[in-house]
Amino acid sequence: MADRIRAVLRWETALVVLLVAVAVVGSVRTDGTFLSGGNLFYLGLDIAEIALIALPLTLVIAAAEIDLSVASVLGLSSALIGWLWTAGWPLETILPVVVLVGAACGALNGLLVTRLGLPSLAVTIGTMALFRGLALVVLGDTAVADFPASYTQFGTTPVPGTNLPYPILLFAVLAVVFAVLLHASSFGRAVFAVGANEEAARFSGVRVKRTKLVLFVLTGAVAALAGIVYTFRFSSARADNGTGLELAVVAAVLLGGVSIFGGRGTLGGVVAGVLLLGSLRNLLILDDVSTEVLTVVTGLLLLVSVLVPAVGRRLGRRVDNSRLGRRVDNSRLGRRAGRRAATSAAGPP
Amino acid sequence: MSGLTVESDVDQASAGQRPARRGAAARRLVDRVGRVRELGILVALVVVVAVTAVANPAFVSPQSLRDLLLNASIIALLAVGQTLVVVTRNVDLSVGSVLGLAAFLTAQTFAANPGLPLLPGLLLGVLIGLACGALNGLVVAAGQVPSLVVTLGTLYVFRGLDFTLARGRQVNAADLPDALLSLGSGRLLGIPNLVLITLVVIAAGALYLRAYRSGRELYAIGSNPDAAVLAGIPVGRRVFVAFTVSGAVAGLAGALWMARYGTVDAAAGTGLELQVVSAVVVGGVVISGGSGTVAGAALGALLLGTITSCLVVLRIPAFWQQAITGALLLAAITVDRLVALRLAAALRRSSRAGRRDEGG
Amino acid sequence: MTARPVRRIVAGLALLLSGAVVLSACGGTTRDSSAGARNADNTTASANPNAELKKDLKITFLPKQVNNPYFTTAQHGGEQAAQAFGWQFKATGPSDASAASQVTYINTAAQQRQDALVLAANDVNAVAPALRTARSQGMKVVTFDSDAATDARDVFVNQASTQDIAVGQVKLLSEQLGGQGEFAILSATPNATNQNAWIEVMKTELAKPEYAGLKLVETAYGNDDDQTSFQKTQGLLQAHPNLRGIISPTTVGLAAAARYLSSSEYKGKVALTGLGTPNQLRKFVQDGTVTSFALWDPNKLGYLATYAAAALASGQITGASGEKFTAGEMGEYTVGEHGEVVLGPPTVFTRDNIDQFDF
Repeated sequence: MADRIRAVLRWETALVVLLVAVAVVGSVRTDGTFLSGGNLFYLGLDIAEIALIALPLTLVIAAAEIDLSVASVLGLSSALIGWLWTAGWPLETILPVVVLVGAACGALNGLLVTRLGLPSLAVTIGTMALFRGLALVVLGDTAVADFPASYTQFGTTPVPGTNLPYPILLFAVLAVVFAVLLHASSFGRAVFAVGANEEAARFSGVRVKRTKLVLFVLTGAVAALAGIVYTFRFSSARADNGTGLELAVVAAVLLGGVSIFGGRGTLGGVVAGVLLLGSLRNLLILDDVSTEVLTVVTGLLLLVSVLVPAVGRRLGRRVDNSRLGRRVDNSRLGRRAGRRAATSAAGPP
Repeated sequence: MSGLTVESDVDQASAGQRPARRGAAARRLVDRVGRVRELGILVALVVVVAVTAVANPAFVSPQSLRDLLLNASIIALLAVGQTLVVVTRNVDLSVGSVLGLAAFLTAQTFAANPGLPLLPGLLLGVLIGLACGALNGLVVAAGQVPSLVVTLGTLYVFRGLDFTLARGRQVNAADLPDALLSLGSGRLLGIPNLVLITLVVIAAGALYLRAYRSGRELYAIGSNPDAAVLAGIPVGRRVFVAFTVSGAVAGLAGALWMARYGTVDAAAGTGLELQVVSAVVVGGVVISGGSGTVAGAALGALLLGTITSCLVVLRIPAFWQQAITGALLLAAITVDRLVALRLAAALRRSSRAGRRDEGG
Repeated sequence: MTARPVRRIVAGLALLLSGAVVLSACGGTTRDSSAGARNADNTTASANPNAELKKDLKITFLPKQVNNPYFTTAQHGGEQAAQAFGWQFKATGPSDASAASQVTYINTAAQQRQDALVLAANDVNAVAPALRTARSQGMKVVTFDSDAATDARDVFVNQASTQDIAVGQVKLLSEQLGGQGEFAILSATPNATNQNAWIEVMKTELAKPEYAGLKLVETAYGNDDDQTSFQKTQGLLQAHPNLRGIISPTTVGLAAAARYLSSSEYKGKVALTGLGTPNQLRKFVQDGTVTSFALWDPNKLGYLATYAAAALASGQITGASGEKFTAGEMGEYTVGEHGEVVLGPPTVFTRDNIDQFDF
């Protein structure tokens, strides 16, 4: 019984049900436009950066840390692309350099967290300002836009013969990589162990600091990658690109059912969460629902995402307790019976 | 496990004849660390102001000092509420949205009722904030769910509500009563009214956390939630109260925001939450709960605000200012951590040395 | 156990980099190699000046952000124009003024098969790819307030020419200062297209001999945020003790600066002018903080832009230079160079005339 309740109330299941509901309601309300190839293409483009960054951030949050500097790394990478491009560098060199700089940003976060033992929330609020500031230093108030069409087309046209945006192709590949990393490798087990109980993980031989450092480096690198996608998608390199995206990404990961306390969460859930937020947003805009409603719905979904599993756990526990209680009663009865037997055997004094 | 504890207790009792006094000494040292912490921020503040004043004497003119205090007062207010929440090992990310909602609704009420007296109007702001905070507290405490997720959710919900109610409108200074605007810009004995109000709130917060049993219990909850439950502390109720107070303070801040800036639209206070958390962290409130003071958090807000102003006054190029602010923020928490580590090591050494002395 | 991933990641990144260097050594994609790749706009359709305005047009109105009173006023103007002819007029948009969120709405308008889009672009280039796609699907695009790339839209309805605005601002300040003194500019965001264009022209204008006494000492950015603008104003006044004037060519900045000055000891001593709405500044004009400032009527701007969109969608104009169309009660307008239609010179507001305006 308890298991069945838990399965039904499993957040990932609920997400998939919601996703299907949005698809059905959407196609009915918009006469099929919602599920048309063209619209799905735009939907895919819209969620690209959030989806990409959500992947490594899932691992970070599963390890009970957080990274709020991701949007600033995105902005810094965009600014660097613009600056180096203007300086005459070839894009084939710029892009890997930018990913490396992103990784270095992540390493700075990781080192401050692991070597000094600082809380990641505080560190990444600081680096959020620092990286965004560096982006402004690099590119100032200029916007670079003259990127060659051979690159920007990856952000504006689908993979030939399909309606699949290139960034989503990239996302799909990375999603598989991160899913394997989290759910089918010793590294993933280490991540969950660190998130569930750092002390216990350390005693069982997990190199806690190393694990966390790797997670921050990966997040920085992928955030820089998202910066590349962003820059080409809008063919515009600016220092303020992606401002405010950090809370949207965190919201997407949490909506995917990853516990903010670490130790629990699935990559599949996060992918479903990202898709749900994106398609809901797309549908509401397509259906001419005002932006305010969108904001409220995002917030409510987040609340529901923590409340439903909590209620589920409690219901499950109650069922468990009543079953457990019966067992306890039985044993107590047994003991009492035994005691009675013992006293009677001893006979009256 | 339990055997080990007993053993060490026995060991301690036989080795140290004055464990109680040693405990007191350690507590004094910890206390001093806390005070050193606030002293550190104060020193940093003085250094920053002094350096800027040397470069530009106008920086320490009365007008300028008043502006510094005024700028910090709203963030400092929010930091007081946030401190109460953070010491319980929670966080309230919705304060910016609560401020915005309270500011807009209060401004609109004033604009729609020109004869409305000042106090009931401001009280409305506090009540709106209180309701928002109570909602946060209820969900966190009753639902036993992580506050970061809850308040990130309500950050969106309250802001969305604000947008819905505002429908693109804006309340301007011309629509607001003069008494309200002069509250925002006026001063008493040379000190701006807003700063005085902020000081009162800081004092009240500090007194509550220091002298009241329920206030002390907030620290106990943050240090070890499970132990707090076992010690019979009504954890749920205390956390609920902390969030409600944070909301009410954010509501008050919203009303004062309106009085000060005169122009309010639905976007007021967007993004303020991270500034407040920064101030609290710089002010020495431990983000994982159990430690920190209201005064420290308020000083943190003042330091951050002062640094922002200094960079402008020192004519640091606009594009560099944000990067420098970020770097200083990181430096502040790093130095703080290093000092704490050093002190903890000293504490361990002294207690070990003490034990050796007593043992021998 | 976790040492291996680190090494693997480092190795992977190194491989990536070395591969890239090799690639670029044998001729990579640089700025020089790809210059001039984009071709200019080639409008082939021809206009029919006698075409009737169609009745059943679907027009989407997309401001920079929805909660901005300036754009709300412009939207009312658009609604008035649409009501007169019975067009379907739909105002939508993001709550943050970012190009990324605006692109979603552009794509949606294309999906909804709207006849025309009237938008104020958050970024010249970032919205361009989406606009080009939308135009290729038959949607007409009119920009107003701030333009997108020329080849990404049909017509730009300019509130006043860049020249008029910038020259006017400098003139207003010079009059108030008697042509002498240091002044600063309080702008919007560092990336704001309009403000940057105006500031450029202001600098050229200042080089003229009649403004030799005026000295621009700093450009600060209030990010179009009330609180930030407020604090930047304070900072400017402290950083420059001899500051005698401030120009704030953005409504948010001007209101915040006025609010600060009116409650400080600088009131009446430091001149303030710029672009602002009469409702926001009425109080400060009355109490003497601000002598004069300028703006166009956003309501008329929205009205004109909506008519331009309808004229395009009905085939009256194509956006080529010299074409004429009638914008309802506002009369006839001519399309200028680069598909630009200019609303007219900005209005200057002073204590004498400010009460005649309500926006």
